[in-house]
Amino acid sequence: MTGDANQTVDEAATAETGPLLQISDLEVGFKTQNGMVSAVRGANLSVYPGQTVAIVGESGSGKSTLAHTIVNLLPDNGRIRRGSIRFRDQEVTQFSKRRMAALRGSSIGLVPQDPMSNLNPLWRVGFQIKETLKANNIATGKAADKRVRELLAEAGLPNAEERARQFPHEFSGGMLQRSLIAMGLAARPDLLIADEPTSALDVTVQHQILNHLDGLTSELNVAVLLITHDLGLAAERAEHLAVMYKGRIVESGPALDILQDPQHPYTQRLVHSAPSLASRRLESEHQHIQVSDPSAAATETTDGATSRDAAPGATSTDTVLEAEHLVKSFPIRGDFGQKSTDFKAVDDVSFSLQRGTTMALVGESGSGKSTVAQITLRLLRPTSGRVLFDGEDISPLASKELLRLRRKVQPIFQNPYGTLDPMYSIYRTIEEPLRTHGIGNQKQRRQKIKDLLEKVAMPASTVNRYPNELSGGQRQRIAIARALALDPEVVVCDEAVSALDVLVQDQILNLLNDLQGEFGLSYLFISHDLAVVRQIADDVLVMRHGQLVEAASTDEVFGNPQQQYTRDLLESIPGGHIPLGNTA
Amino acid sequence: MPDTSIPRATRAGQQRYVAPLDETPLQGVDAVSNESDGSSLWKDAFRSLIRQPLFIISGLLILLILVVVAFPWLFTSADPTYCTLDNSLAEPRAGHPLGFNQQGCDIYARVIYGAQASVMVGAFTTLGVVIIGGIIGAVAGFYGGWIDALLSRIMDIFFALPFVLAAIVVLQLVRDSITVWHIIGVLAAFGWTQIARITRGAVISTKNSDFVTASTAVGASPLKNLVRHVLPNAIAPVIVTATVSLGIYIVAEATLSYLGLGLPSTIVSWGADIASAQTLIRTNPEALFFPAAALAVTVLSFIMMGDAVRDALDPKARTR
Repeated sequence: MTGDANQTVDEAATAETGPLLQISDLEVGFKTQNGMVSAVRGANLSVYPGQTVAIVGESGSGKSTLAHTIVNLLPDNGRIRRGSIRFRDQEVTQFSKRRMAALRGSSIGLVPQDPMSNLNPLWRVGFQIKETLKANNIATGKAADKRVRELLAEAGLPNAEERARQFPHEFSGGMLQRSLIAMGLAARPDLLIADEPTSALDVTVQHQILNHLDGLTSELNVAVLLITHDLGLAAERAEHLAVMYKGRIVESGPALDILQDPQHPYTQRLVHSAPSLASRRLESEHQHIQVSDPSAAATETTDGATSRDAAPGATSTDTVLEAEHLVKSFPIRGDFGQKSTDFKAVDDVSFSLQRGTTMALVGESGSGKSTVAQITLRLLRPTSGRVLFDGEDISPLASKELLRLRRKVQPIFQNPYGTLDPMYSIYRTIEEPLRTHGIGNQKQRRQKIKDLLEKVAMPASTVNRYPNELSGGQRQRIAIARALALDPEVVVCDEAVSALDVLVQDQILNLLNDLQGEFGLSYLFISHDLAVVRQIADDVLVMRHGQLVEAASTDEVFGNPQQQYTRDLLESIPGGHIPLGNTA
Repeated sequence: MPDTSIPRATRAGQQRYVAPLDETPLQGVDAVSNESDGSSLWKDAFRSLIRQPLFIISGLLILLILVVVAFPWLFTSADPTYCTLDNSLAEPRAGHPLGFNQQGCDIYARVIYGAQASVMVGAFTTLGVVIIGGIIGAVAGFYGGWIDALLSRIMDIFFALPFVLAAIVVLQLVRDSITVWHIIGVLAAFGWTQIARITRGAVISTKNSDFVTASTAVGASPLKNLVRHVLPNAIAPVIVTATVSLGIYIVAEATLSYLGLGLPSTIVSWGADIASAQTLIRTNPEALFFPAAALAVTVLSFIMMGDAVRDALDPKARTR
């Protein structure tokens, strides 16, 4: 009955053929010490020839497990417990290992998630693609070499001949992913499974590669099963969407329909909080709601706020943090016998952060944005230029004055799994800043910690837990609580939400926004993700190769970008162009 | 036109997943509280330890050895230093279950009392090595730069000296008045490099963690950071190596005693007994066998314990 339903939906596109891949009522479980744990439950999905289908879900939703089950790449403890997977009308769950191996590569290609770790660093890229060709009996010897060059060129790598002789470490992430795409398509499969193919890459590179993949697969008429956490990206690239949540497909259908009229509440939430989708259309409204959300105001406790000296008020225009012509260069060791050269990570960056506002620092990896953050936190000293906090140069500060500065400028880091000491209980983690600064006695500290946990919406019982018991989003909340323990004026968020799932990301952004309203905090918000920036920033600085490319208010940057680079970045936001209906 | 390709029944069944935005944190928190509370890395490690047969066996053996060390008189009433040639190589008899060695000493009593010297040397050498090596390695790894360069070269120099050979040379100087502490001192002085290297590596990989940076940004001094955050997180590999090397130092003590540079004959030691029994290997192998077996079992227990601890402390090696 699943098939029937599918056929009615996709009738227009593929009326003449049946589905290439048909998954029905699939149940996959993992054997653990605590018994079987279901990873995929009752999944139904069909992919027609030449069609792009996307599975969207958060981490742990089972989307990768579902994809890996198709080609039987489950870990040893994974089992198909029920259901069927039919590929070209053959039941692949019944395939022998050998037959499955023959199917992989030749009929079903796979583009893995992390391009950096999926090529063997000991072998030349060309050789590794040649292996694929050999394994699938496509070509050998000279013919294979020729084919490798063709494939690399086809994947959009210039100088294919030279590239084929290089080693993976000589490639950038984007180039590696292109080679993996070349490998996945080497045997001209009917279906290409792309598991988060561009998640590890910068947005502009992601955009290019997806465009290329799109063109290539439609030219070769290859069906693509795209696994992604990014609803915008999925909607932009796929005709058919399946939204997974906790191992179930909670909603599926034509991509645009789902986006414009999500039926399942989970999908609605996802559509609502996907930054790439929301920011374009919902930005002003969204922002407004966030700032003056009455429910958030109701949960505030006032005793924390009264202890603060800085009066909350986003309207004041005094400058709290100012950077003047910051330069930071690192020496790069030259080849043997040669002088070392300087690499300018930050090159003449100036900005000023107004009290109670958020300034975003946007750029791709290697643009120097994190270096600026470190200088601002005085974890690094600039080569030249200076940072003024409340009009005072921070670099000559020592001991006592430095401690005073530390109180006022606090960081939140990117990786929620690295930001908390695994040996410290949550209580000790949040207590540390208080203890370091000798604030309060034991009882006052306990109260303060309780207040802080409440502020970040964590239950008070969390104090006795250890970080390994908390999820990424919860850890990030604890990191925020720790940063707020000293009542700082400026919080430097270095990719603070980048590692989180969309919904959690949205939640943390809202939390940051609420806290800003409550405490009059100023944020220096470092991010690679313009869509996120759109939701939280008042001003935007765009950095590239260590230099400021553009600096303006958020509305100006998004509405009327002056620089080509900024336009490219905006262009690359996945799903940015999708017209949304009146979503909730 | 229907906007879904899956049966409506399934979809309707999903409706109850619905909750407003605060659903996600609540789930997370619920998931947490289902677990038994307060599980730190160490508690987790312990929990996985006590399920390991390797740990249980080695733990029981070590416990037995420790009891023997502390209360040897519980196990034998014979005096290990009471030797008369009348009893030379005598057969086992009541009260003397393993018979006598060439000097006429009770083999069983000597095996029991010999544990003391061996375990003392093993334990205190390990302690000394962890203190010396741990501090040097931690300082080198944490401060880096020229301090690291200097300390690392010193480590290399000590590493290049075979430590039994070095111990022989040094012990030669105090040959006539060797005590347990001499042996411990010498072994620790030449054995700390391994621990120092491991500590250095662990400290280097820990010191760049975000939580250390966060602590710096809070205003904690480098030394506080090292003691409070870096060392506790770098200690696991050190513990593992230390447990394994405890066995190795027991062997080293036996080696030195065997070579005649170990403990004086007034102190009962397995190594010395092995040395004196080696000529009897054909005629009276039991005089050699029992001290050797005691030594092997003790060393094996500590090495097994080290293995078990490593498995428990390395979450990647652990199967949950």
